[in-house]
Amino acid sequence: MLELDPVAVRKARGLARKAGRPIVTLAKRHTTVSVERATLRLAGLRGADPDGTPWVNRLVDAVREDVGLENGAALPVWDALIREGMNDLTALAQKAATGSVRFRLPEGRDRVRARAAARKAVAAGVKRLDVRRRERERLIRKWGDAPRQPWIYLIVATGDIYEDMPQAQAAARAGADVIAVIRSTGQSLLDYVPEGATREGFAGTYATQENFRLMRSALDDVSAELGRYVRLTNYASGLCMPEIAALAGMERLDMMLNDSMYGILFRDINPVRTFVDQRFSRQVHARAGIIINTGEDNYLTTADAVEAAHTVTVSQLLNEYFAKEAGLEDWQLGLGHAFEIDPDIPDSFRMELAHAMLARRLFPRAPLKWMPPTRHMTGDIFRGYLLDGFFNLAGALTGQGILLVGMMTEAVVTPWLSDRDVALQNVRYVLDAAGNLREDFRPAPDGFIAQRARQVLSESIKLLERIIDHERGLLDAIADGTFGLMKRPPDGGRGLDGVARKAPDYFNPASETLEEAG
Amino acid sequence: MSEPSREARTSVIRPYGDTTGDGMVQLSFTLPVPYGKRAEGAAAQLATTMGLDPVMVVHAKPMGEGFTFFVVYGQVSHLVDMSRVEVTERDYPLLNPKEVNLAIREGLRRRMVVVGGCIGTDAHTVGIDAILNVKGFAGEKGLEYYRELRVVNLGSQVSVPDLVERAREESADAVLVSQVVTQRDAHILNAKEMAAAFRDEYPARARPLLIVGGPRFGERMAAELGVDRVFSRGTTPGEVASYLVDALITRRGPRPEKRSA
Repeated sequence: MLELDPVAVRKARGLARKAGRPIVTLAKRHTTVSVERATLRLAGLRGADPDGTPWVNRLVDAVREDVGLENGAALPVWDALIREGMNDLTALAQKAATGSVRFRLPEGRDRVRARAAARKAVAAGVKRLDVRRRERERLIRKWGDAPRQPWIYLIVATGDIYEDMPQAQAAARAGADVIAVIRSTGQSLLDYVPEGATREGFAGTYATQENFRLMRSALDDVSAELGRYVRLTNYASGLCMPEIAALAGMERLDMMLNDSMYGILFRDINPVRTFVDQRFSRQVHARAGIIINTGEDNYLTTADAVEAAHTVTVSQLLNEYFAKEAGLEDWQLGLGHAFEIDPDIPDSFRMELAHAMLARRLFPRAPLKWMPPTRHMTGDIFRGYLLDGFFNLAGALTGQGILLVGMMTEAVVTPWLSDRDVALQNVRYVLDAAGNLREDFRPAPDGFIAQRARQVLSESIKLLERIIDHERGLLDAIADGTFGLMKRPPDGGRGLDGVARKAPDYFNPASETLEEAG
Repeated sequence: MSEPSREARTSVIRPYGDTTGDGMVQLSFTLPVPYGKRAEGAAAQLATTMGLDPVMVVHAKPMGEGFTFFVVYGQVSHLVDMSRVEVTERDYPLLNPKEVNLAIREGLRRRMVVVGGCIGTDAHTVGIDAILNVKGFAGEKGLEYYRELRVVNLGSQVSVPDLVERAREESADAVLVSQVVTQRDAHILNAKEMAAAFRDEYPARARPLLIVGGPRFGERMAAELGVDRVFSRGTTPGEVASYLVDALITRRGPRPEKRSA
């Protein structure tokens, strides 16, 4: 295996910690509408009004109007429940929506009572996360786990959950270990989670609690049939990260896409909103035993994969820091990277190996997520098929944990049944033929691959140092375009109006419980 | 067989396998039938119906339950007369991001300013975000990704007066408006209102380029709406960027003088 200078590795991690720590402080000082809504979801509030606006949105908005969010939604909500003599959050939300209940910040004994009631209600939701996690562990023991690593990850996305289910089952029968349901275009910018089973999406299917439940149940059926537990993936990203994480945990999803900076850089979501939401969602994932997948592949689809290689490493280091701070363990870190170097560049495959081995070496216990070529897939399906073969080979040689199956029809059509089949044939051939090759494969200690890996690591250290040189560290670096793409100032972007600075006696029973565990 | 004319010899062609005029093609497809002799027969029949003769089903493989995948080779007898091939060209050349940036740098000598948003009550930012966000659409990065474009995305439910004001503040070269909601022709009315407002507020030559987009617009509606261009379903950011270069730089010729803000 590749040798790296342990001093450089320690330095890189230390710098990532230094860059990330002020962000954690910032995240701890704020709450968001979505964090408060996720808390109510954990307490069991679901459903929507006749216009499709979820009750959690109606209730949080009503609380906010009366007393603001600085103290959290929990105290005003459970205080109102007690005062109204109700024990049903939906009924309270309905009442709040008609304006016939006023919220206040309870004091003294009222406060103590509201606090106890809120803790009890939210504890039930957190317990459900625990139950679901144990259930997953039990089912994996009963049915068996994926037969080998990397896990084979396939995407379905028809827009219609009832079409997605048989497609996902077919993909599982064809060999997929993980099914990802891509979300509808634009869901990340919705400030609410749609309700119910959905049959219409744009280039993807909406993430809803009911869709989660339906798909998990379809995969349970096929898992029992196949004698191996097939994992389900969705997206905790965008403006509703905390809520989607909570729904995923309660419906036993197994992996979630959850990147620390993707929404800021690629979706122009406000940085503070993103970091606050991200921390809460990762605490939920940690508790629910969910594996996160980070989105470093995106850096390479927008910038040159050779020049930008170090931005991937920096993002992985930051994602690792934020993840561990939120309580996630190594086995839960599906740190992303991708095979996106221009195949016309000489030695492109050697560089791919160098980058993939660097990631493997830096994060030895994380199940890295290996993403296939997209940028240089041109519609020439024959060339694309060969490129995917080399991608699979690099994955096998460098011990990747999760392998997203590349399609030769990338950039041409949404995958056909036959595209998936020939793509899986490609993966199986490479893994069977060369899956154990890494036992024999040692890059020369001072050869091209080792040198390239060291170079990328040293460029990453330089970039981290540049980030820290900013007055407010990472936040300023994001604001001035250090990440090469966009300038994203902390007071700009979507969702800023949903952020509130916590008052000294802010109370959130979900955060409290999750924080204790972490 | 009579000798073809000289003209026909040069302009009439057939697919080329390994010999001129052999007419050989390959294709692959899936049929929703279980693997077996009957499936192969069905594949051969389909290929024959498509005009292949003779047909060789060289590969058949069961796929999942009740599906078979085929690779078929065969000869077609069809001819293509090159002198009668018709193509409809897009009226602006398609550029990649590098070429767009270069054209702006050389032609405008400053960054091109694009202001975009959804007007009226339309809260569907899917379209405008697909074009403007870095994330992009159909594998192409959005306009924010272009170094020489300065993009101001106003988001949803922007009022027309606000749009005009922001366009003026930002010295917009182009204004992009997306409309998804089509209830009671809202998209058409909103687009017309927007175009009229820009005509009222700007002298004719200084008005920014007006572009509307949305799944229900027809590309020929520009004149009716009073805008410069309409983009319909499936438009990619690269097409919009290429059009901007064509309309604002190529067609206007070099403009060395600096525009006042």
